[in-house]
Amino acid sequence: MKHKEYMWAYLFVAAPILGFMLFAFIPISYSVYVSFTDYSGYKAPVLNGGDNYVRLINDELFWKTLLNTFYAALGIPIGMALALGFATALNQKIRGIRFFRTIFFLPTISSIIALTLLWKWIFNDTYGLLNYLLQYIGIQGPAWLSSETWAMPAMIIQGVWGGLGINIVLYLAALQGVPSSFYEAAEIDGGNRWDKFRHITIPCISPTTLFVLITSIIGALQDYPRFQIMTEGGPNYSTTTIVYYLFQNAFRYMEMGFASAMAWILGFIILAITVLNFYLSKRWVHYE
Amino acid sequence: MFSKKQTSEWVRKSFAYLFLSIGALMMAIPFLWMVSTSLKPAGSEFEFPPQWIPTNFDWSNYSFVLLESDIVQGFFNTLLVILLPCLVGLFTSALAAYAFGRMQFPAKNLLFTLLLATMMIPGVVTMIPTFILFKNIGWIDSWLPLIVPGMFGAAAAVFLLRQFFMTIPKELEDAAKVDGMNPFQTFIRIILPLSKPALITQGLLGFLAGYNDYLGPLIYINTPEKFTLQLVLASFQGFYTSQWTYIMAGSVLALIPTLLLFFFSQKYFVEGITLTGMKG
Repeated sequence: MKHKEYMWAYLFVAAPILGFMLFAFIPISYSVYVSFTDYSGYKAPVLNGGDNYVRLINDELFWKTLLNTFYAALGIPIGMALALGFATALNQKIRGIRFFRTIFFLPTISSIIALTLLWKWIFNDTYGLLNYLLQYIGIQGPAWLSSETWAMPAMIIQGVWGGLGINIVLYLAALQGVPSSFYEAAEIDGGNRWDKFRHITIPCISPTTLFVLITSIIGALQDYPRFQIMTEGGPNYSTTTIVYYLFQNAFRYMEMGFASAMAWILGFIILAITVLNFYLSKRWVHYE
Repeated sequence: MFSKKQTSEWVRKSFAYLFLSIGALMMAIPFLWMVSTSLKPAGSEFEFPPQWIPTNFDWSNYSFVLLESDIVQGFFNTLLVILLPCLVGLFTSALAAYAFGRMQFPAKNLLFTLLLATMMIPGVVTMIPTFILFKNIGWIDSWLPLIVPGMFGAAAAVFLLRQFFMTIPKELEDAAKVDGMNPFQTFIRIILPLSKPALITQGLLGFLAGYNDYLGPLIYINTPEKFTLQLVLASFQGFYTSQWTYIMAGSVLALIPTLLLFFFSQKYFVEGITLTGMKG
C-alpha cells in the first residue's frame, strides 16, 4: 500500500526532476568542462587548462565590462527608493489605487523589445521626446545614445522606468501588511511621521526590501535584450556589460570555451553577492 | 472648522496625489508618444516641434506593418511556440507540486531542494551548454528548444502551486481514498477543480513570459519564417531604420495582446506577483 503511493509520487515528480537533470544539472556540469577548453562549436572541444580564465584576467575589455555592469546596477537603489515612495503614497487610503497601480504596472507586462524601441526613439538626440521636453525647461539635452558619457545613464533611466511597477506592487503588499497597532503604539509614545516610517515601516517591510534587492541584482547582472536593441554595447564599449560581452563571444565569435569561463565568473559574482546579501541581511532584515 | 488632525490628513493626501500624478504622467507619456508617433504620416515624425495629437490620424502605418511585415506570422508562430509549454508545463508542474505538497515518499526533501536550486542558477550559466546540447541533436533553427524544456514544468510554478495545494483540507483527499480513487484520480477530480485561481495565475504568468521571451528565439531561430513576434519586432530596426512611424506601429501591435490579457485578469497578475514576493 505504502509502496504503491511512493510509486505514484515518483511518477508525479518525474517530469520536473527529469527536466532538472536534462536542462540544468547535465548542462552545468558540461559547462564547467567547456570553460577549460578551446571550443569553437564546430570542432570538438580541446582541453587548454585554465587558459580561458587567464585570458579573461588579462583582458582589459573584460574588466571594463565588469565595471559597466556595476555602473548599470546603480539603477537598482534609485528604482527601489522611487518604488517605495510611490507605494507609500498609494498606501495613504487614497482613491484610484487601481488606476495608479495599473499605469505603473504597464511596462512590467509589456514586451521589452517594444519598450526598448520606444525609448530608443525617445532618446533620439534631434527629434526625441526627452530632449524636446528638456528644451522646455531650458536644457539642451545631450546626444544620449551616441555619447559615451550619456549612453549608460540613458540605459539606467529606461531600466528604472520599466522596473518600477513590479516593485511598487511588492512594496504596497508589504506596507498593507504592517499591523496598524504598531503605528498606534508609536503615536501614543509621541512619535512623529518620520519616526514611524523610520522605526516601524522600514523594519516591517525589510524582508520585501531584501527580496527586491536580490532579484533586482540577479536580473540586472544578466540583462541583455535592452542593451542589444538600444546601444549594441556602444558607443566605444561604454555600455558593454559582461552579459553583452559574453553573448558576443558565444554567439558571434563562437568562442564557447572563453564565453563559458565568463559565464562562470559572472555566475560566481551573482552567487557571492546573493550570499553576501543574505549574510548582511541578518543586521537589517526583521522577520516577525 | 477643521481640526489640526484633519488638516494634516488633507495635506498628506494632497502630497500623495501630487506625487502619484507626476509619476503616472512619467509612466504614461512614453506610451502616449508611442501611439502618437504610430498615427503620424510616415516621415512627419521628424517635424519639429513634434505634434502631440496628429491633425489627421494616419492608420496607414498599421496597415503597412500588418500587410508588409512578418508581424502577423510572428504572432501565430509565438502562439504555436508557447501553447505546449504553457499547458503541458502547467500540468506537469501542478502534478509535481501536488506530490511535494501532499504526499509522502523517500527523498522528497532532497528532490524538492534540487528543484528549487534550479531557480537559483543564473540563466547565463546554463545557456551555452544547453545551446551546445541542442546543436548536437540538430535542433538549432527549430522551435523545439523553445517548446520541449518548458513541457517538463518550471521550478517556480511547482513551488507556488505547492504552497496553494498545502492549504486544501486533508479531509477531501481522505474521502476520495475511501471512494477508491487512486492519487491521480484524486488530483484530477478533487484537487485541480479546487485550484483554478492558482492555475490561472501560473498559466497567465507563463503565457506572458513566453510571449515576451526574446533571448530563447534569438539564440535558436535563424530563418525569418520561423521568427516569433519579438524577433520580428526586433528586426524592424534593421528593416525600417529610423522609420519610427512603422517601428512604433509594430510596437503598439505587439503590446495589444498582453495589455488586453492584463486588463481582463489584473487580479490574477497582481496576486501572482505578490505571492512570488511573499516567499522571500
